[in-house]
Amino acid sequence: MTRLLAAFAFAALGALGAVQQSPADSVLEARTAEVAAQLRCPVCQGLSIQDSPSELSQQMRSVVKDQLRAGKSPDEVKAYFISKYGEWILLEPKPKGFNVLVYLMPVLLVVIGLGWIVVAVRKWTRPPDSPA
Amino acid sequence: MNWKRATIAAACVVPLIILFGYGLTRDPKDIPSPLPGHEASPFALAVFAPGQPPLNRAPGDTVRLAELKGQVVVLNFWASWCLSCRDEHQILSETAKSYAGKPVHFLGVLYNDEPGNGTQWIEQMGGQSYPSVTDPGARTAINYGLYGVPETYFLDASGRIAYKATGPVNERLIRHVVDSLMAVAAK
Repeated sequence: MTRLLAAFAFAALGALGAVQQSPADSVLEARTAEVAAQLRCPVCQGLSIQDSPSELSQQMRSVVKDQLRAGKSPDEVKAYFISKYGEWILLEPKPKGFNVLVYLMPVLLVVIGLGWIVVAVRKWTRPPDSPA
Repeated sequence: MNWKRATIAAACVVPLIILFGYGLTRDPKDIPSPLPGHEASPFALAVFAPGQPPLNRAPGDTVRLAELKGQVVVLNFWASWCLSCRDEHQILSETAKSYAGKPVHFLGVLYNDEPGNGTQWIEQMGGQSYPSVTDPGARTAINYGLYGVPETYFLDASGRIAYKATGPVNERLIRHVVDSLMAVAAK
């Protein structure tokens, strides 16, 4: 029973802490989440450090938060991680060099597909040649 | 055969096959590090596993990268839960011992693990000749762009990262890199 009461008290204190979070903290949390969502978790498959529950991702989020709190801009924080891990750390690669293919291929495939559909529909709807 | 149709199909499919083929030649885990050639991030980390004489440091001592300048530094990130770390442990320990008295400093950095587990693991593995330090919050690991363990960084005498090895290292690799860096430093 004592343990139950202690658990309730702990939960209530936690909820109170959440309610009393200052606007500055909320802004920092939101900015951290925004930057963290753009950085790849090094030990996961295709997850951002914002979405990953791994220990390293949590620690990286903490670094993001500390750097933002220290006055770095989101671009400076991303530049820090790029300097350590390379551009691989960005979930969305910069559109240059070989990376351009990632952005061009879907558009190219859609254009080719639409062209094929137009040609096919025209062919199917063409009236049959009238007999001479 | 409709040659026009076949040509269009080939023009669409062949580049895709080439692209997939290129993808298959690459190891997705082999991600090039941007760090070699750059100044190593400074650190000041506390010793938890002292190592053995003559390479030992007292537990609680702080090892600073700045104080190792002028020496080749072999920085090995490891953890007791890491199976691959078992493969390289003895090699690292023995090789470090063979460089005693030379301007080479081996240092283990415990990654996301409890010092108690690390100490127990070292005992189970038969000891470690060089000291290991803790890395609270994995700040040093992140500063070194660590993906996982084991990873080993070779720093030249001027404090630059010369080489990064991902996965277990072997004696040939360690000696090749360390001897090359010592030769460069001696010039």
